[in-house]
Amino acid sequence: MNESRRRLLLLGGLAVVALLIPFLFGPYRVGQFTMVLVFAVAVLGLNLLIGYSGQISLGHGAFFALGAYTAALLIEKAGVPHLLSVPAAAAVCFAAGFLFGVPALRLHGLYLALVTLGLAIALPQLIKRFDGLTEGTQGLTVDQPAPPGWLPLADDQFIYLLILAVTALMFLLAWNLTRGQLGRAVKAVRDGEIAASTLGVDLAATKTKMFAVSAAYAGVAGALYVFAIAFVAPEAFTLAISFAFLAAIVVGGLATISGALFGALFIEFVPVYASDVNEALTGVVYGGVLIAFMWVLPEGAAGLPRRLSRLAPRRRTPNEQQEKRDGPRGGEWHDEEDADRLAGAAGRTGAGGVRT
Amino acid sequence: MERFIQVLVDGIATGSIYAALALALVFIFRSTGIVNFAQGEMAMFSTFVAWGLYEAGVPLALAVLTTLVLSFVAGMVIERGLIRHFEGGEVLTLVIVTLGLFILLNSLAGWIWGFGNRGFPSLFSDEAVTLGGVRLSIESLGIVAVLLAVVGLLFLLFQRTKIGLAMRAAALNPDASALVGVRVGNMLMLGWGLAAMLGALAGVLVAPRLFLDVNLMGAVLIYAFAAAALGGFDSAIGAVVGGWVIGVSENLAGTYVDFIGADLKILVPLAIIFVVLLVRPAGLFGTREVARA
Repeated sequence: MNESRRRLLLLGGLAVVALLIPFLFGPYRVGQFTMVLVFAVAVLGLNLLIGYSGQISLGHGAFFALGAYTAALLIEKAGVPHLLSVPAAAAVCFAAGFLFGVPALRLHGLYLALVTLGLAIALPQLIKRFDGLTEGTQGLTVDQPAPPGWLPLADDQFIYLLILAVTALMFLLAWNLTRGQLGRAVKAVRDGEIAASTLGVDLAATKTKMFAVSAAYAGVAGALYVFAIAFVAPEAFTLAISFAFLAAIVVGGLATISGALFGALFIEFVPVYASDVNEALTGVVYGGVLIAFMWVLPEGAAGLPRRLSRLAPRRRTPNEQQEKRDGPRGGEWHDEEDADRLAGAAGRTGAGGVRT
Repeated sequence: MERFIQVLVDGIATGSIYAALALALVFIFRSTGIVNFAQGEMAMFSTFVAWGLYEAGVPLALAVLTTLVLSFVAGMVIERGLIRHFEGGEVLTLVIVTLGLFILLNSLAGWIWGFGNRGFPSLFSDEAVTLGGVRLSIESLGIVAVLLAVVGLLFLLFQRTKIGLAMRAAALNPDASALVGVRVGNMLMLGWGLAAMLGALAGVLVAPRLFLDVNLMGAVLIYAFAAAALGGFDSAIGAVVGGWVIGVSENLAGTYVDFIGADLKILVPLAIIFVVLLVRPAGLFGTREVARA
């Protein structure tokens, strides 16, 4: 069976499972799986940033919160239809990510981690400060989208399927994006900044765009979160959520689509079961997992897809075999791409980026 | 005017605490090229240990001293047992590992001591002295004095002792120092121990001013980051000066700019980090980075 056929089959299977979930489980479980989808979008966005551009953000919880509040305020205070609030949240977060990214992304990876961490810490304070708009610590209750009368679906089933549709669309867009001009440019930058810039890639602009896209994903996830939970309050958007996203990425594997789903499952269900034992256990697991994964994969999490590709036999085109000799870079998103190979060959000595 | 001077001195006192934590960050950055995101949580953990000892009936001064020693040892153990494995690796890996440590320590502290907050006794009396017509709290003056003493001791250690010289050499050029017989690994370990001790000091100094809980150092860490960024991540003097500037500007902004007030004070260091990194990425006293292809 060839590669694309197998992938299609896998995807089809996943789609069937995803569509069946609301009819197989009770409302409580369906709610949990709805949250998995919400998290998956945010994790995917962060994965685009970290896995693809090699930039780290510890503050994606902030964009998640921004998207959630944008949607909540639009729906509650401006009476905007639910579905319209999603692109609005995306647009607001894209803009915010862009504005934040313009200065921040001229920075070394370490400093970016630092300012985004600051952002994540500062955001709950900001929400509380502007309590005239956000209702402060009290939080905002938001109406959930209701199924149209002709659909024989319960509320929770409808919301799950609605969010599933948006999530699927976001995954499709991500898949497309990574194969387009921006995706290639970003990878070239990750694999060798100086090499990429000599090839005519505008470093700052490329990174900033990717950061903005990633923030927009977090924003969409935030809006979906509002659909699922119907309530926003600053306590939901502490540093913990940013850390959870990071843990999800490390667990799921960088630069893989399926990784985002797996990571989202992880951060939805670990807290559910861990909090039965002790409310601190979730954090212990997250922290332990981050360290353990880094320990087991000495090349860093970026080595995970590469390792897997070494393990998994797959058909290679002659071009890919060439790439394999140059240093394999596996994972489903890491195929072909001339810019990639050019930058890889030129920047082998490694200037910055995740891989050197 | 009197109020202004009070705000200023208070700012310098708070700034001294930030400076202590910033110094810890700088030590580790200089020797291993890592920004230790877990520095604040290590300090918080130490502070809880000090609190535990104090609650168990140990006199406060002794409890703090014991904690400093324990932190020193713990810092060395963390370097040797965990960080050593990742040294020289990718930035992304190290950021994730120290963050993992951040989350781990935070949750462990919550597990052991709970998530509630509690008061922490001050090392200094809560009285005030009047100097030139201005009432200044003994605590503020004491904190500044402690920081100055620590900086003095560190200066002596690094400039006047053989081990300090070896530590500087190991940080400057690990390979060359190894060739002349410096045990580079041990020096890095020592650096982490010192950093952990400085952090613990910052923790016990700041805890009486806030409440002791697992998130004690979250904001303080951001201020320390700002201080280190402002001073230059590889400059010890920069960390101290940076800490004072941050402390003073935070207090001034919180007191005199109504819009900022107490809630948005946290934005001050964030803004400072941004401006510094954009205008002068190396900070006031740091060395510029050079990229090679």
